[in-house]
Amino acid sequence: MSQHIIQSPGKSKKANLDNYDLFREKFRWEQVRHKLDGLPGGGLNLAYEAVDRHVQHGHGETIAIRWLGKKGGQIDLTYQDLSIQSNRFANVLDMLKLQKADRIFVLTGRIPELYITALGTWKYGATFCPLFSAFGPEPVYQRLDIGGGKVIVTTKAYYKNKVKPSWDKLPNLEYVILTDVEENVDDRILSWKWLMSDASDNYHIPETGEEDMAILHFTSGTTGKPKGAIHVHKAVFVHYMTGKYVLDMHPGDIYWCTADPGWVTGTSYGILAPLVHGITNIIDEKDFDAERWYTILEEQKVNIWYTAPTAIRMLMRVGIEPLEHYDLSNLRLVYSVGEPLNPEAVHWGRDHLDLTINDNWWQTETGGIMISNYASMPVKPGSMGKPIPGIEAAIINKTGSDKVEIIKDSDVVGQLALKPGWPSMFRGYLHNEDRYNASFVDGWYVSGDLARKDADGYFWFVGRADDIIKTAGHMVGPFEVESVLMEHDAVAEVGVIGVPDPVIGEMVKAFIVLHDGFEPTEDLKLSLTGLARKRLGSAVAPKEIEFKENLPKTRSGKVMRRLLKARELGEDEGDTSTLESES
Amino acid sequence: MNESEIRQVVVGIFSKIAPEIDYDEIDAEEDLRDEIDIDSMDFLNFIVALNEKIGIDIPEKDYGKLVSLNDILEYVKANAPAKPV
Repeated sequence: MSQHIIQSPGKSKKANLDNYDLFREKFRWEQVRHKLDGLPGGGLNLAYEAVDRHVQHGHGETIAIRWLGKKGGQIDLTYQDLSIQSNRFANVLDMLKLQKADRIFVLTGRIPELYITALGTWKYGATFCPLFSAFGPEPVYQRLDIGGGKVIVTTKAYYKNKVKPSWDKLPNLEYVILTDVEENVDDRILSWKWLMSDASDNYHIPETGEEDMAILHFTSGTTGKPKGAIHVHKAVFVHYMTGKYVLDMHPGDIYWCTADPGWVTGTSYGILAPLVHGITNIIDEKDFDAERWYTILEEQKVNIWYTAPTAIRMLMRVGIEPLEHYDLSNLRLVYSVGEPLNPEAVHWGRDHLDLTINDNWWQTETGGIMISNYASMPVKPGSMGKPIPGIEAAIINKTGSDKVEIIKDSDVVGQLALKPGWPSMFRGYLHNEDRYNASFVDGWYVSGDLARKDADGYFWFVGRADDIIKTAGHMVGPFEVESVLMEHDAVAEVGVIGVPDPVIGEMVKAFIVLHDGFEPTEDLKLSLTGLARKRLGSAVAPKEIEFKENLPKTRSGKVMRRLLKARELGEDEGDTSTLESES
Repeated sequence: MNESEIRQVVVGIFSKIAPEIDYDEIDAEEDLRDEIDIDSMDFLNFIVALNEKIGIDIPEKDYGKLVSLNDILEYVKANAPAKPV
């Protein structure tokens, strides 16, 4: 460990995007096509661009993935290794007689098998669908059901607790592949090791088209089931472009994205962007641990680090002065996504890492970074930055069901909207065309986020336009939580909202009205907490439960979460004209 | 505090955070985050509650050492103040 280093040689590297305005003016998405190889026989494939082409170009020995196990241990996979392993998994899918239209789910922690499954699935031309491992059985079931999952790659423990209980309600699910058993359990519960050991190293990628489905990422809805956002192979245009011009990847860089592939960041930027650029991608199996993280940054000589506001705020709380105890001289760039990065966090980065933390904004639906700060552009702490070249963003107001008005004045809050047509734009919500169509109004994709744009063209996040809760960087749909709590005998009414939290942004909180005859006791609260956690998992279940005498409802009896939230936070209640009179 | 008292306090706090778990059934050597499905926020709540109950002040840089239930029990045993507050 060394003393505080003011300016590292790495930090002086010339940015790929050195003049935002000039670059933006000249940039066209078609230019990216020339930076990609395309399949030798025609077509475009995510895994070929991410892995095989580097082997073809003579970089097979470069480390593609350096995996750090939570109990110690390290596995290095070169581009050559990754090519062979993903070929094998594609051959496994072939052996199981799967179709291109099939969807391959993964429910594991960040283990090498997850990454090999993703790449092998893309080679086969099927769709990769990652699930967050902290989901409980209910969210797992909902997503497998909507996605019609044919195969799920998981572990013994997750299978037993989260998949097995609902398998009989999942007629499409044919195979469970377990990563931690040596032998097949029966003819449908198979061993990853057994299957892979029997598979060939060689695989010819069949032609996949730019518009073929490649990834299904679920995102939460406000009023119903989760929505499966469809992404296609052409999304790689955005992975390449943002990897190069936003995250500023250079050959030889070591990169670490702390996101879990269960969320879109962990796939677009935890798998694809670094691999498409042929650099070394660090993967840490363990969740947040301040000392471990600083040690990884130091020992692995990380150059580019992509993390989240929750993690940065937790680092701020820890009384470790990183530059006094760790040599972070290789670290050149830090980025953050998931929820707005508060100005204090940007200042902390400057004071304690000697680096500017660059915030950016995007969504599951956008497939890649859409608005960002750049190494070469002055940062306004608290702002998400400016649209990436190739993206037109605006602040709009919906003036009717099919009309919008673009807000020209600066600093006026409206909906953040994007001009459709970028390569990684979602191509649908699976089996939900109406909901997809409703996302586009009058020639704009309406994001559901409220924002404002200042006079210099910087965008600032304001909040959600709907009831979706943003907690620890991911989205929770209140309806999913309410549905489970309603199953409890004691519950008459429930409203779930996000309440502000200094570390995780918003905390999921449930307000519950009990049926007559039930007492609002601590034991009942524990029983409700237990039910929610068991069914939903820790990532979704409420962290707090409060009993109420009544909840604000519309005349039709629907709980008004917005009003509930305004009351709880002591904010202006706004228009209450549809409110039912309270007893 | 003896070992059984420490366990009672620690498990008592986790039982409020993750009440659905049978704490006699979990593997005390494995990562508690997986064993009882808790996230960072749950863990912070545990630390706060532990401080309230027995007055132990765990520096945040030590959180990484508290992986399994046994890690926590041993850490508390070695670092707990002589008298509960």
